[in-house]
Amino acid sequence: MSGRITKSLANGRGFIPFVTAGDPNDEVSLEICKLLANRGASVIELGVPFSDPMADGVVIQRSSQRAIDNGVNLRRVLSIAEKLSSASTVPIVLFSYLNPLLRFGVEELCSAARSAGIDGILTVDAVDSEAEELSRVLAKHEMSLISLVSPTTSDARLENICRNARGFIYAVSKAGVTGASGSLSGDAEKLTAKVRKFTDLPIAVGFGISTREQVENVWKFADAAVVGSAIVAEIEAALAAGDTLAHVEALIDQLLPLQKAAHTHKVEGSR
Amino acid sequence: MNFEPNNKGYWGEFGGRFVPETLVAPLDELSEAFLASRDDPEFHSELAGLLKDYSGRPTALYFAERLSNELGGARIYLKREDLNHTGAHKINNCLGQILLARRMGKTRIVAETGAGQHGVATATVCALFGLQCVVYMGSEDIRRQELNVFRMQLLGAEVRAVDTGSRTLKDAINEALRDWVTNVADTYYLLGSALGPHPYPLMVREFQSVIGREARQQILESAGKLPDLLVACVGGGSNAIGLFHPFLNDAEVQMTGVEAGGRGAALGEHAARFAKGAAVGVLQGTRSYVLQDDDGNIAATHSVSAGLDYASVGPEHSYLRDIGRIKYDSVTDSEALEAFQMLSRTEGIIPALESAHAVAFAVKAAPKMSREQVMIVNVSGRGDKDVDAVRQLLNGGAK
Ligand SMILES: Cc1ncc(COP(=O)(O)O)c(C=O)c1O
Repeated sequence: MSGRITKSLANGRGFIPFVTAGDPNDEVSLEICKLLANRGASVIELGVPFSDPMADGVVIQRSSQRAIDNGVNLRRVLSIAEKLSSASTVPIVLFSYLNPLLRFGVEELCSAARSAGIDGILTVDAVDSEAEELSRVLAKHEMSLISLVSPTTSDARLENICRNARGFIYAVSKAGVTGASGSLSGDAEKLTAKVRKFTDLPIAVGFGISTREQVENVWKFADAAVVGSAIVAEIEAALAAGDTLAHVEALIDQLLPLQKAAHTHKVEGSR
Repeated sequence: MNFEPNNKGYWGEFGGRFVPETLVAPLDELSEAFLASRDDPEFHSELAGLLKDYSGRPTALYFAERLSNELGGARIYLKREDLNHTGAHKINNCLGQILLARRMGKTRIVAETGAGQHGVATATVCALFGLQCVVYMGSEDIRRQELNVFRMQLLGAEVRAVDTGSRTLKDAINEALRDWVTNVADTYYLLGSALGPHPYPLMVREFQSVIGREARQQILESAGKLPDLLVACVGGGSNAIGLFHPFLNDAEVQMTGVEAGGRGAALGEHAARFAKGAAVGVLQGTRSYVLQDDDGNIAATHSVSAGLDYASVGPEHSYLRDIGRIKYDSVTDSEALEAFQMLSRTEGIIPALESAHAVAFAVKAAPKMSREQVMIVNVSGRGDKDVDAVRQLLNGGAK
């Protein structure tokens, strides 16, 4: 199934939205995902809420907490994923801290994730040997552990990470936590160029991307742009009004050029 | 046995380095600097000089005769870490780490604090070396430990309130990690307990082991024998592992780590990570016992003592507990408050509320032992910071 991710990102101009599963609630969350798939998402990153998201900025922290307050847990995240995958061909990657996955049980999780149509898992706080078991069990179930690289990653590590990578490489645009930032640092382009030397897999750039200008800029040197906090912030902004889908759609209109992302995944039964 | 972790920082299945990719390089850099310092006599003599002249070590090992008589049973000795400069064992670790930070050329220090003692010790060593200092502290702890907030500010540190989660130590660590991951180039994260990703648990234990090395020599001199029992409170576990580690190979020495039993056995009412229903998990960089719910979210904790109010525990403790070398027990808020008053009255020593947990265990254990037996209780800090909170608790009726 890592083949599906790679294929979806193969033509460049990829768009990878991130949303916290179950924020503001399971139903709307699923509708948001379908909308994103319809509007050109190449891959959807589905965040598993966690009480202590130490690599996230305030926007995703609050979103995670809202989902937890709604009682969202991994089982419900999988159920959202399952509904999404039965309605759309868009590849799905779970984005999670390690502890909720361990608590669920790695074997049980991987087989449940596979049946839910999930293509890969990215763990924020487990790299290298700490993710070995997860990586092995995922592979057994034909899913991928998605690897992250950062501007602080040494060349030797880059080479090693790329050698074992599957699906795509997630290049973090800056040292820091998730969240919108005014400008895209030059680090991202440098990092992407280095990664390119070690792999033919698609490279997605994320952290701090929130404008169309930034998306188009990323497309000049990388295969896909990941947009997380900007979407989550829009969901938060719509909380009071309750017109979440309209908010998210308006954001996508601003974010993506009229000539949309390369791929559009058909969604059944959606507008 | 040498009780060393493997080169990835694991004691058995506990420890490791569970961090975002961005922190891998700085942790490698830190490990390298730490390992180099370990073999460097110059580093050791500089640290020994500071411990002696700046912090006032060695700290006394004091025979608490009145307390021993009152309880009847074991002879109780107190390791007086409260007599350190800044009033707690935390300075031992801070002096070691600040020397490392300087060697690494870092100019900005970030730290978390629970009770405020580690924050004060960090602010102190930053003042000593003229380094910029930012301390993260949960707003609930700021309320409980107001005086320490002002102390840090007097010392030139910036205290940043953390309003997320339970607004205590765990949340302060999250925020310190977020700061570090954002400012890795010039910033050193001065972690305050035997917690977090490798090499912190090992490094903090090394810097705190001065407690046990001194105590071992002192007890042999004053009691003429090794102690039968060592007792220390366990928050993250640094004062406890500091006292215990140099005795681990002395099979006749028993050890008990005392956790915060809070106000009840239900999840959320205590911080006893080793209590019934204990589960292994990953929190803030390390694999260890973690108080958590069925979904793997970290549980809220409660303790009257801010320094023990944490959902996980240092990985070396988890290992030593599982192999049966160290026993762990807990005492309640009210037992700790009783012991706080008892030590004050019988010995004229006001302990920190954290340390009062160790004293409370001693109060229960000593009468079951004989007069020939010797117990060392680590008084990890002094209670000045807690006087106001205790006054309010006692006036309002102890919970
Ligand atoms: C006086 C004192 N003792 C103990 C502790 C608990 O930490 P540890 O278990 O790392 O010694 C603290 C923490 O703030 C403290 O201030």
